[in-house]
Amino acid sequence: MSETPDDMEVAVAVKIGRAGFEYLDRVVDLDSQITGQPKPEYWKDVFERYASRHVEERFFLVAEAPDSKDGDILGLIVGEVRGFEFGSKPCGWIFAVSVHPDSRQRGIGEALFTAICDEFRQIGIVKVRTMVQREDPLHMSFFRSEGMVAGPYIQFEMSLED
Amino acid sequence: MQKSSRLAIYALMELAANPDRQISASEIGEKYRVSSHHLAKVFISLGRAGLVQSIRGVGGGYSFTGNAKRLTLLDIISLFEDTSSACKLNDPSKATDEEWVMFDISKEINDMALATYGSITIATLLKQVDRRGRIRAAKSDGTPALT
Repeated sequence: MSETPDDMEVAVAVKIGRAGFEYLDRVVDLDSQITGQPKPEYWKDVFERYASRHVEERFFLVAEAPDSKDGDILGLIVGEVRGFEFGSKPCGWIFAVSVHPDSRQRGIGEALFTAICDEFRQIGIVKVRTMVQREDPLHMSFFRSEGMVAGPYIQFEMSLED
Repeated sequence: MQKSSRLAIYALMELAANPDRQISASEIGEKYRVSSHHLAKVFISLGRAGLVQSIRGVGGGYSFTGNAKRLTLLDIISLFEDTSSACKLNDPSKATDEEWVMFDISKEINDMALATYGSITIATLLKQVDRRGRIRAAKSDGTPALT
């Protein structure tokens, strides 16, 4: 629990904007560096749904270094407005957030989170939600640190194999 | 959560929020309305865990030596209590179906509690305290709380 250089947060300035299809290869590359598994078809589908249709309530944002032209992206966040599922009023859902491991602890995730919350606010959304695996302390701690708390829903599941 | 765990969390929040000064057990005890004797015992455990250091004498007290961005509530609670004790079967080989069903329910609740405690750091708690303070202040003077 002692402090290490990795824990020394140095906030960096980032450029955050919407991702168009020109970012597809870089998003696939970022994701494969994080997960170790390239998923070009998956991300192509995400781009088609979230970067080109209903973009007034779908947000695919990327963070780049301010001087970046066609360089690597540092992180991404994807979310959309969903409503009336499970009796919910329309709310913002975040279903992907990633920051390159070399760029973590520098405020990039927070900048992306703040940016997508601002997008939701601008279209009148007053609640943002996400879902995280209990065994995923990285994302659990991140969303907690941004002020998120347990919501009013409980997720249920049942094995169909027993 | 046991009282010692709760006091340890309050004490560490106080120290982490005031990194430039030493704080005495009696000062923390006064704020949280608990005996400094009880707090002193808590501080012994925190000192052994390397989370605080004490300086004796006039102007002395305790200071935080951990990493507020890494130290979770679960780390602290685990110093004072067995976090798995909420869901133990006395003798699994003789447990009935009824006992196993109750065990599963207790484990479900305990797993959720542990995941929650494990995801909240001292730094996150301090942010929540700050946010709550701003909301409370805004309510009293009518200005927007959060920008």
